[in-house]
Amino acid sequence: MRLAQHMAVASERVRATAIEATEFPDLSRAYRVSAVPKIVINDRVEFEGALPEPEFLGAVLRAASNAA
Amino acid sequence: MALLTDRDEAAVRKEFQKLAGPVKLIVFSQELSAAAELCRQNEQLVREVAALAPDTITVEVLNLSIDRERAAGYGIDRAPAIVVEGARDYGIRFLGIPNGYEFSNLIDATILASSGEPGLTAETRAALAELADDVDIKVFSTPT
Repeated sequence: MRLAQHMAVASERVRATAIEATEFPDLSRAYRVSAVPKIVINDRVEFEGALPEPEFLGAVLRAASNAA
Repeated sequence: MALLTDRDEAAVRKEFQKLAGPVKLIVFSQELSAAAELCRQNEQLVREVAALAPDTITVEVLNLSIDRERAAGYGIDRAPAIVVEGARDYGIRFLGIPNGYEFSNLIDATILASSGEPGLTAETRAALAELADDVDIKVFSTPT
C-alpha cells in the first residue's frame, strides 16, 4: 500500500484504495482475492505480494496504457 | 473502551512528530446497515488517532446514505471508509477498518498527506507526471 499511496500523492491521476478483504467479501470475490496483499490496477493489471518501485511503476504504466 | 492501547498511542504520537501540515480524515459510515457496528468501530478508531494530534488532524464523519453527493465526489460507495485529505484530496482511501497492518498504513498515509511529498524516485515521479489517464489502484489486505 505504501507505494500506491505515494503514487497517489505524486499524481492527481492516481487513486489508491486500501481494501480490508474480509469486510468486503463481495469485492474479494469479484477480484478473485486468494492471497494478500493483492493489487489490482484499473481492474486489468493485477499481482500478489509487494513489488519494488520500478516494477510497481511498470504495472501502473501497463494498466494506464491499456485504458480504452 | 479505547481501541488503541497505551503502547499504540505512544508509538503513533512518536510517528506524528513528522506531521508537516493539516490533515482531514473523512469517515463514511452507514448506520442502518449490516456494517453499522464496523462503522462505529472505524469512527472510534479514527477519532482516537486524531486525538493524538488534535492541532493538526481534524475528523469529519459523513453518512453514506445521507451525504450522497460528498460520497460520490470522493468515489465512495461503501462503508466503513476513510478519505485521507491533505492540502488537496490526494486520492488516498481506506475501505474497511484499518486494523493490524493497515493501521500502520493509515498512520503513514496521514503523515504523507500532511506533507504532500511523495517518497518516490525522480524516475517514478517523471513517469507518473506523464499519465494521460486515471489510474485506480486497489490494494486488498487482511488485518494479520
